[in-house]
Amino acid sequence: MKYGIAEILEARGGAKRDSLIPILQEIQESEGFLSQEAVSEVGSRLGIPTSKIYGVATFYNQFRFEPKGKYHIQVCRGTACHVLGSATVLDKLEKILRAKAGQTTRDGLFSIEVVACIGACGLAPVVNINGNFYAKVTEQSLTEIIENLKNKEA
Amino acid sequence: MEMNIEINNRQLKATRGETILDVLTRNGIKVPTLCHMKDYFPSGACRMCVVEHENSGKLVTSCSYPVEEGMRIKTHTSRVVEARKMIVELLLSNHPDDCLYCVRNGNCQLQDLSVEHHVTERRISGLKNNFSKDLSSPSITRDPDKCILCGRCVRVCEEVMGVSAIDYINRGSKTLIGTSFNKGLNTSSCVNCGQCIMVCPTGALSEKGHLNEIQMALTDPSKKVVVQYAPAISVSLAEEFGMQPGTDVNGLMNAALRKIGFDFVFDTSFSADLTIMEESAELIDRVANGGTLPLITSCCPAWVKYAEEFAVDFLPNVSSCKSPQQMLGAVIKTYFAEKINTKPEDIYSVSVMPCTAKKFEAQREDMTHHGITDVDAVMTTRELAQLIRLYGVDMYNINPELTDSPLGIRSSAGKLFGGSGGVMEAALRTAYFKLTGEELKEFKINAVRGLTGRKETKLQIGDLEVGVAVVSGLQNAKVLLDEIRNGRNDIHFIEIMACPGGCIAGGGQHIGADQKAILSRLSSLYDIDDRDSIKVSHKNPEVIELYDKFLGEPLGHKSHALLHTEYEKREVPL
Repeated sequence: MKYGIAEILEARGGAKRDSLIPILQEIQESEGFLSQEAVSEVGSRLGIPTSKIYGVATFYNQFRFEPKGKYHIQVCRGTACHVLGSATVLDKLEKILRAKAGQTTRDGLFSIEVVACIGACGLAPVVNINGNFYAKVTEQSLTEIIENLKNKEA
Repeated sequence: MEMNIEINNRQLKATRGETILDVLTRNGIKVPTLCHMKDYFPSGACRMCVVEHENSGKLVTSCSYPVEEGMRIKTHTSRVVEARKMIVELLLSNHPDDCLYCVRNGNCQLQDLSVEHHVTERRISGLKNNFSKDLSSPSITRDPDKCILCGRCVRVCEEVMGVSAIDYINRGSKTLIGTSFNKGLNTSSCVNCGQCIMVCPTGALSEKGHLNEIQMALTDPSKKVVVQYAPAISVSLAEEFGMQPGTDVNGLMNAALRKIGFDFVFDTSFSADLTIMEESAELIDRVANGGTLPLITSCCPAWVKYAEEFAVDFLPNVSSCKSPQQMLGAVIKTYFAEKINTKPEDIYSVSVMPCTAKKFEAQREDMTHHGITDVDAVMTTRELAQLIRLYGVDMYNINPELTDSPLGIRSSAGKLFGGSGGVMEAALRTAYFKLTGEELKEFKINAVRGLTGRKETKLQIGDLEVGVAVVSGLQNAKVLLDEIRNGRNDIHFIEIMACPGGCIAGGGQHIGADQKAILSRLSSLYDIDDRDSIKVSHKNPEVIELYDKFLGEPLGHKSHALLHTEYEKREVPL
């Protein structure tokens, strides 16, 4: 199957509109993001207009609409990180990568996600790239981290 | 169940199930509303209509709060008035301050509320919205910066049209109204009906204007500028100039259009007659030769796009006739061009329509002939009023004139196209004559008249009992089509108009008209039908002449090339 969406919907045969969010979650789990095809497919199965599904999905932070990059960067925007300057970190990251939170760079290498507290307040401000935690990130260290990853791919 | 409630120290009667607002309206007490839409399920989102509920001491939204026995309400205490003013101030805090440049300047509910609540200084300054405009649609322009998120467009699109092209996107201060995946309206399921514009309280939604192009053409000496206007325009334009709703200003409009500089003025009702000739021939052909039935009208471009997206299984049912606008456009650039010895490319063909979807229709790929567009620019009733003002024509001080020949005479059947049921009535009059050789004894077919969203009747034509249905509002069409999908087979002919009530309530009409005004427009059409001497399309002398001299016969070779079209499925996210 193209996206595995068919199986997910099949497993929930007879699902109604109240199962929308769990279905979207499962699709995101298996595909990494919600594609237009996926949303259309879900819409036609559940009888919900795609504009409504998109409305619901954008209401929640957890859904993304672009595939994840090879390096998925989570920037913590919890209270402790915020106090120690995570806003400038995020801003810098968006500038370096020329992609906004929720987006993926054109080369498909990096994607940015903003998360609330990831429970590592002692390391604030903290950034998580593919499961690796980077502590006490500054604008400068962030630039180095990204450069290193880029060099690794070059 | 009757109950007693107290409003502003007055004892009033109320019925269980009513909202406070219902009681207030009935008793002539005015509270401001914004997101409220009459006859829709209340949403209570904007909180403009709050009143003080003395029993609980709370402010409650009168539009959504049901009446209770013994409730005590105050509608204009200082607390209430202050709360309402604050709401307006908050709405203004992130609103662009460019009223003077706004298409809705002078006809904006946010402006009105600001004046009503005496907002004279900026107490709250918020971050201004900074979304991008959506100019992608050929019919509708969206400016989310001006949107106050009342949700009326979302509801009309879902509940009346059954399209749901738009919904709320994101959350909190980032919320905006948009299509799925926030793409341009042109690639969405939007059918361009423009009903969202009609309910928008601000300038967030407006038609895509064609006035600049039209003015350019009017000043270009090498162009012959021809204009046609839809049947509904003459009974709707008056309101734009403060006249009584329903006033028929046909003659004044002809004169105004000539004063503006249009070289020839034609009436689309003429080609409505032409449509009837073609469409009734198609109906008879389908009935006689076992073609796909029921036949469904194709005059409404919003319905046609809807069918191409949501009702693909019914595309074979949709009449292949172009709409009257496109038929007249095609005839102007062929038959009429020959007649005035002008090359079709030197004719600039403008139409005045009560509709935004007509702008979309005019640029459909198949609406051309040898690479020349049938209709070059489409303006709405509102744009025509603007143009009349711009050229300094005084509608109160002008003498009525007639349309030009040879595409100006109409039957009153063609005129009826302006209201829901009109196409059906006109088609039945002609079909009856074609099948039986006699005219109907009573031309008026009351069962298909009026503003009701769905009308059905049966008519005996010879030995054939013809079942007909008329629906307006695409949600009503959806219900009817579902019935047919489920096996209903007693209907032969269906008229579908996207806008509730037909073109007289179209998306290009005067903004702010109430149901009463729309009814006046409809009655005005019926009055014209009562008065006119030519009541059937097949007796329109200019239509007869057009067939004799140019087209040949309905469904003939030339008709097929010029007056008919095709439809295909559109791949859009539904």
